[in-house]
Amino acid sequence: MTTSAETVGKKFNIDTVENAAKTPDTELPWAELGLKQNEFDEVVKVLGRRPTGAELAMYSVMWSEHCSYKSSKNHLRQFGEKVTEEMKKDMLVGIGENAGVTNLGDGWAVTFKIESHNSPSFVEPYQGAATGIGGIVRDIISMGARPVAVMDPLRFGAIDHPDTARVMHGAVAGIGGYGNSLGLPNIGGEMVFDSVYQGNPLVNALAVGVMRHEDIRLANASGKGNKVVLFGARTGGDGIGGASVLASESFDDTKPSKRPAVQVGDPFAEKVLIECCLELFKGSLVEGIQDLGAAGISCATSELASNGDGGMQVELTSVLLRDPTLTPGEILMSESQERMMAVVTPENIAAFEAVMDKWAVEYSWLGEVTDTGRLIITWEGEVIVDVDPRTVAHDGPVYDRPFARPSWQDSVQADTFTGSVQDAGRPSTSGELAAAITELIASPNMCSKAWITKQYDRYVGGNTAMAFPDDAGVVRVDEETGLGVALATDANGRYTYLDPYHGAQLALAEAYRNVATSGAVPMAVSDCLNFGSPEDPDVMWQLAESIRGLSDACMELGVPVTGGNVSLYNQTGTVPIHPSPVVAVLGKLDDVARRTPSGWKEDGQAIYLLGTTAAELDGSEWSNLRGHLGGLPPKVDLSIERQLGEILINASRDGMIDAAHDLSEGGLAAALVESALRYGVGARIALEELLERDGVDLFTALFSESQGRAIVSVPRSEEVRFKDMCTARGFAHLRIGVVDAAGGKLEINGVDELSVDALNEAHEATLPKYFG
Amino acid sequence: MTELPLIGGAPVAVEPHLGGAKIGVVTFPGTLDDRDAARAVRLAGGTAVALWHADTHLADVDAVVIPGGFSYGDYLRAGAISRFAPLMSRIIDAANSDAKLPVLGICNGFQILTESHLLPGSMIKNDHLKFLCRDQVLRVENNNTLWTSDYEAGQEITVPLKNQDGQYIADDKTLDALEAEGRVVFRYVGWNPNGSRRDIAGISNAAGNVVGLMPHPEHAVEPGFGPESNAGTDGLGFFTSVLNKIVGGAQ
Repeated sequence: MTTSAETVGKKFNIDTVENAAKTPDTELPWAELGLKQNEFDEVVKVLGRRPTGAELAMYSVMWSEHCSYKSSKNHLRQFGEKVTEEMKKDMLVGIGENAGVTNLGDGWAVTFKIESHNSPSFVEPYQGAATGIGGIVRDIISMGARPVAVMDPLRFGAIDHPDTARVMHGAVAGIGGYGNSLGLPNIGGEMVFDSVYQGNPLVNALAVGVMRHEDIRLANASGKGNKVVLFGARTGGDGIGGASVLASESFDDTKPSKRPAVQVGDPFAEKVLIECCLELFKGSLVEGIQDLGAAGISCATSELASNGDGGMQVELTSVLLRDPTLTPGEILMSESQERMMAVVTPENIAAFEAVMDKWAVEYSWLGEVTDTGRLIITWEGEVIVDVDPRTVAHDGPVYDRPFARPSWQDSVQADTFTGSVQDAGRPSTSGELAAAITELIASPNMCSKAWITKQYDRYVGGNTAMAFPDDAGVVRVDEETGLGVALATDANGRYTYLDPYHGAQLALAEAYRNVATSGAVPMAVSDCLNFGSPEDPDVMWQLAESIRGLSDACMELGVPVTGGNVSLYNQTGTVPIHPSPVVAVLGKLDDVARRTPSGWKEDGQAIYLLGTTAAELDGSEWSNLRGHLGGLPPKVDLSIERQLGEILINASRDGMIDAAHDLSEGGLAAALVESALRYGVGARIALEELLERDGVDLFTALFSESQGRAIVSVPRSEEVRFKDMCTARGFAHLRIGVVDAAGGKLEINGVDELSVDALNEAHEATLPKYFG
Repeated sequence: MTELPLIGGAPVAVEPHLGGAKIGVVTFPGTLDDRDAARAVRLAGGTAVALWHADTHLADVDAVVIPGGFSYGDYLRAGAISRFAPLMSRIIDAANSDAKLPVLGICNGFQILTESHLLPGSMIKNDHLKFLCRDQVLRVENNNTLWTSDYEAGQEITVPLKNQDGQYIADDKTLDALEAEGRVVFRYVGWNPNGSRRDIAGISNAAGNVVGLMPHPEHAVEPGFGPESNAGTDGLGFFTSVLNKIVGGAQ
């Protein structure tokens, strides 16, 4: 075996542009590569001839749903259109770049993004989840930022399904194995079990990074004569979805034919790449930079070139290979991890190479920026790609897919939990209510997630001010001032199934509330839209409604979407997952020392419930425990959410509260138990006044999932001031109890006494029981 | 020598009078906790000096911290490649010399010290086979080392533990010798988180200038950013111990 490009090149029947022009009738494997007839025809029309094998490889990956957003683009526009001046104020870089950038003040900027890595994580959970972290972290580096934390919202099949353990062990170990090795604290996420995700687990990954304003970098190739360099790991045959069909290019049938479509991660290479890139940024040694993720070199070259002001010329045999038998098409499509592409001025070449040598990172100079407006790729000097890069990167097909409200939607919404067969024997006695609370907090979705989070490093970096299980993860940005950011991700597939428009809004409302609960001012949104097949009009309607709902809600809450990702075709056969728009909200804390944790500590502090409770059990965790899904999700009132947020933020800033916890899945019952278990401190709770005021029974008060609510603990000295603030703002508030540090019990009037130790045992036992 | 890019400015030291003492913090490719170790040195009142694995001199530092991480990805065996770095030869020589350079190895740093034979024994995968991150209670068994003199003998401290290969092993003869010579510096209290022999969390060399442990004192130096018990600053004593010794010794 030889790695000499010259020798290897001779093994291929290179399909040049010249050859393509001469042989218009050559059969090409466009269908196997995932292109539709109309799309292939469009490629031919754009080029004025048939594409070469290499061009076909590029168009097929760049025009895929994953890269082109062809089914969702027409709807996603709303995130850019429904934007007010207030929302633009702090946005330094908006949607469209690798990740959006938000102004934090004091010269600091923050960038964050959430992405999916769903299908690879089902096929190979460890590597799928690991490279999901790797990919999102490279997006953050590409903006010029130092990554400072990660989060991972996970949705798996039923907890007792035999395959769930495979996905769980693999994905959690992968996230830990990769993330822990990067030195990035994992500060939170979600874990939901539902049989709808059985064959389609959702593995989403979020990364956040910080930088000084002057360090913001964009992915564009500008300046004729500037050099294009590929650095990091070598290019291998991993992650080539349709690689096998391209084997037809080769004369040599001794080459390895079966390669994994799932990429394989090397966290050590990524860690070195992070430090190496930051050193490049510090020395201002790169003009533009792009990470290599989906579609690899195809994506990086076409995006850099089309975002720049000219063209680009690249010699493909200069790419350093792990496997010398790769064909040009495979090299262009490879999704080998831990690679970056940059544009460097000739005068910075030596300094760039010095940084590479210091970190022992391999690099190769591929070509240069031109002023031709064309992306030209050669193989030993022969032109195999000659395209307008915009046609590859941006002008892909866009579909107005038909969508319609599903015929079954009305009957699902009419099937309310109250009065259903599953609601028979609703707990009402004090004993039944105590048992119900214990059952709830031990259930798969409400139990402690410590089994997962203790496999992640939360401390590295020394800036983690708060992490799971508190409402939001909080990371310090500036050690001098204490300036920091808070992050939370949320989604409720059950709510969104019942009502996609409001379900998406509920996801935003909860993430917004979580961030505000920590004391941070919500500033920006990133979303990961996980849905079934867009070719199913029912699913397409769910997607369209969710985007409409989310974009409307962002405008009302004044938080812009700065980036995100769409993951479609999450379905097995004709059965899609629940529509699962995962929404991440980023907030700002002027001083992270003022953050609000979720647990009670000080004896005698008053516990207040903010907001009002209605009988809203449809889609709730309680109805889930009873096997029911129907009716309408809880009502969304975004002006209430905004007011609640302001109260929580002000109370935190002015030291009026020592703990705060939002009410969401599992309602008040879950919130009370979680606040008690956080530090093992109980409380005495009386809800009579609440039942009277809101006209609900005790069961409803405990298990309803009405929105716009939070519980806070208020020091005695601050009680008057806190009440006055709520009154002045006209916001519903009610003293429901007092922290009892000595008793070791959660006492709720009308409910049998619950010992904190017993609750803790029930809460902690579930995941170890299933996963060891 | 490399400069550690930091986020934000430096926090204020608790014992500024120790600023004359310089503690080197080594960075290998794949080191993760170097910034944290440097912050701990500064918070304790010392001056942190960044040392690069390829350096061939110790930049006149008074002590060295080898921080945690996954140097070279731990791909061969944790610490196995790093021990051959040029800087490690200098550190080994200085630690064994009459000057007895104080050296602290944390987590991956401990693994590098055993691979370098500055400390006996070895680390294998945790007995439960998973990465584990938790707040860990340790008992200070020996407060006569250069890195533990600011603690009371028998004092219990809480610092984060986070590793995959944290199970300390050695043959019985070595373990007996360590016990007999008082070189077991820290023991896990309450629960052994990785199956380490005799609950050993950290050990020293015979002279007491080289100490290695798996848990992370550098993550317990600032209230609000460490463990939730005892203000979360139980790890600071490592750094004030050595700084006080250096400054005191110089006087």
